[in-house]
Amino acid sequence: MNLDEYRRAARAWLRDYARPGESAPENAISHAKDFMARLYDAGYSGITWPARWGGQGLTQAEERAFAAEARHFSLPTYVFSIGLGMTGPTLVDRGTDEQRERFVRPLLRGEEIWCQLFSEPGAGSDVAALQTRAVRDGDRWIVNGQKVWTSVAQHADWGLLLTRTNPDAPKHRGLTMFVVGMRDPGVTVRPLKDMTGRAHFNEVFFDDVAVPDAHRVGEVDDGWSVAVTTLLHERLSISAGVGMGRAKDDPTSLEALRRTADTSDPLVRDDLVELHIRTRALALFNQRLAQEAEAGLFPGARGSAAKLLLAELTLFEADLATRLAGPSAVVGTGDGEGAGPLAHAISLAPAMSLGGGTNEIMRNIIGERVLGLPPGPRVDKTVPFKDLKVGTQG
Amino acid sequence: MRLTLTPEQRELREAVRSFLAAASPPAKARDGYDPAVHARLNGELGLSGLIVPEEYGGAGAGMAELAVALEETGAALLPGPFLATAFAALALTRAPDKELLTGVAEGRIAATLALPVVPDGLTARAEGGGLVVRGTLPQVLSGAEADVLLAALPGTPAGDGSGAPGEASDGGPVLVAVDLGGPGVTRVPLETLDLTRSQARVELDGAPARVLGRLGAEGAAAVADLVAVALAAEQLGVLRASLDAIVAYAKIRVAFGRFIGSYQGVKHKLADMHCKLEQAESVVRYAAWAADEDPAELPHAAALAQAHTGRACFEVARDQLLLHGGVGFTWEHDAHLFYKRAKADEVLLGPPRVHRARLAALMEA
Repeated sequence: MNLDEYRRAARAWLRDYARPGESAPENAISHAKDFMARLYDAGYSGITWPARWGGQGLTQAEERAFAAEARHFSLPTYVFSIGLGMTGPTLVDRGTDEQRERFVRPLLRGEEIWCQLFSEPGAGSDVAALQTRAVRDGDRWIVNGQKVWTSVAQHADWGLLLTRTNPDAPKHRGLTMFVVGMRDPGVTVRPLKDMTGRAHFNEVFFDDVAVPDAHRVGEVDDGWSVAVTTLLHERLSISAGVGMGRAKDDPTSLEALRRTADTSDPLVRDDLVELHIRTRALALFNQRLAQEAEAGLFPGARGSAAKLLLAELTLFEADLATRLAGPSAVVGTGDGEGAGPLAHAISLAPAMSLGGGTNEIMRNIIGERVLGLPPGPRVDKTVPFKDLKVGTQG
Repeated sequence: MRLTLTPEQRELREAVRSFLAAASPPAKARDGYDPAVHARLNGELGLSGLIVPEEYGGAGAGMAELAVALEETGAALLPGPFLATAFAALALTRAPDKELLTGVAEGRIAATLALPVVPDGLTARAEGGGLVVRGTLPQVLSGAEADVLLAALPGTPAGDGSGAPGEASDGGPVLVAVDLGGPGVTRVPLETLDLTRSQARVELDGAPARVLGRLGAEGAAAVADLVAVALAAEQLGVLRASLDAIVAYAKIRVAFGRFIGSYQGVKHKLADMHCKLEQAESVVRYAAWAADEDPAELPHAAALAQAHTGRACFEVARDQLLLHGGVGFTWEHDAHLFYKRAKADEVLLGPPRVHRARLAALMEA
């Protein structure tokens, strides 16, 4: 099958099984699982993943062809996004054959949902400062600690868990990665109500949770290198989503603002022009990165520039939309449905600047890895972890 | 839409870059126009003939290639009439003239173009069997160095000598050429902010003009768009060179025992400047593509190119000067050359708000 045929077949399949613009019902996990199974059985899940572990073994070209067609639809795949974008690729790269055999196919078919357990209250940007402990006990490990910002943990069957196994080693050299069963005894998932008033994330607590050594990913105390693999996949999956389709009813989009704002006012016109310039410039940058990737030139750290720009644009457009709307931006209609779409947008806007690396971390990455600037002096790289200050002091 | 360079375009970039690094580095730019460099640029590299059609002795390349060349001449702050000649060549693609195109392609003729393309205040009438032009163009780019001035007149003057331009208009502006070394031309070089590129007041008092062809309203607008894209390509080069200069300095300059590039106060600003570069390059490639491949998209792409890149270029040039610290404020340092070129370029085609107003109008269309 050539690429055009592949694309036509994908389009036909999507027309039959996905509805355009359909938003995924948030709690319809069984609906999402049914869809994912059909997607996998049709050959559109794990397109580039190795066939040996249940993927399709095809190339980026097919992956992109499918993504281009899927852009016109809203697929209910959100709960699988961590598995597909981060933990799955990590297992393919770094897992044992037994782990790949056990986990990859059910992940791709949507039979099992995954979450990622790295961040902690005391370890955000500086994730290697994490304190969740895993202590060896024969052929298993006992885990105690707390994770935070965990998307889809409430639905997850498995989590990719980064723990501290050697507090006497420097911070990056005493970490170990595991696969943990999210329904195992001692695991508690609590929704974390964020500033939008909704719970997009969870806190996850571990109290004497037993994890078999067979679920260790990578060597003991070498978990940081595994985590770097995961974070690389995370950044790629975020920047790949940049500039892609967005919800049709987004009240902060340029299209929406052109409908709702008084475009005869020259000040409004200038605001909209500014939004247009920023939106187009970022979309073109993303297109250029995609074309370079197609030609075999991978964006690497330059993807951080796309992520930073998207974060700033997200803040700018929600800010602008509320300023253009005036007083009505901050109230609902009295129907008990909340303070309204613009209030929600301005509340949600900071998320893109924080998740997947803060803007400041992105600027460090661009400065050091793209521009080659020298790093700042580090006091934490050689000191035993137990002697370091971590988290919030005082 | 192609937003990346072809292997041939990358070769062109390398050729122009290495030539300019040796023949006209930014440090030399403050010495002003060097006709010998200009001649070699056009002779050895054939740059002036890049977009001249092959039938007139040029390379027949498109805006994508011209943009590559202009990015490099911009990065080097190349003094002289290269940009002005490129503007004129772009106008000539709409009203081809064998003598001029051949001369430009061979590097014999340096030309310039009135800005705006259809300037106010020029009148033309038929006199003594030919056409003569009167009026003053207050700012002509490289006006003192160019051999020929191109300008569009609002309409065809009546053949009997009685008509003023516009009166007998029968299809929009016509492109005319005036020999700047000829009779009836007075050129007054102007003091300029940008030391690396001259402007002159050109007073025409019965200067003989030759009609090259009809541009029409659409053609004149297209020429203005092509000029906007070409300028954006130069601005991309100025932006890139500004960033390169300060990144290099941040890696060798020490303060408080550390390289200044290791401080986040500097590093983060440089990261933001890099983001502007990435977007500017994307916008310029898009605009060049539209110029070559999609006339319907060109007006929008040209307005976007100026609205985005003009500002981004000045901001980056400004910030590189500031990040150099006190030395950046000295006459001896090159930082101000970039800063001044960026400002001069930003306002070359009118107050920047005109590009934004144009975008607003196009968004409504």
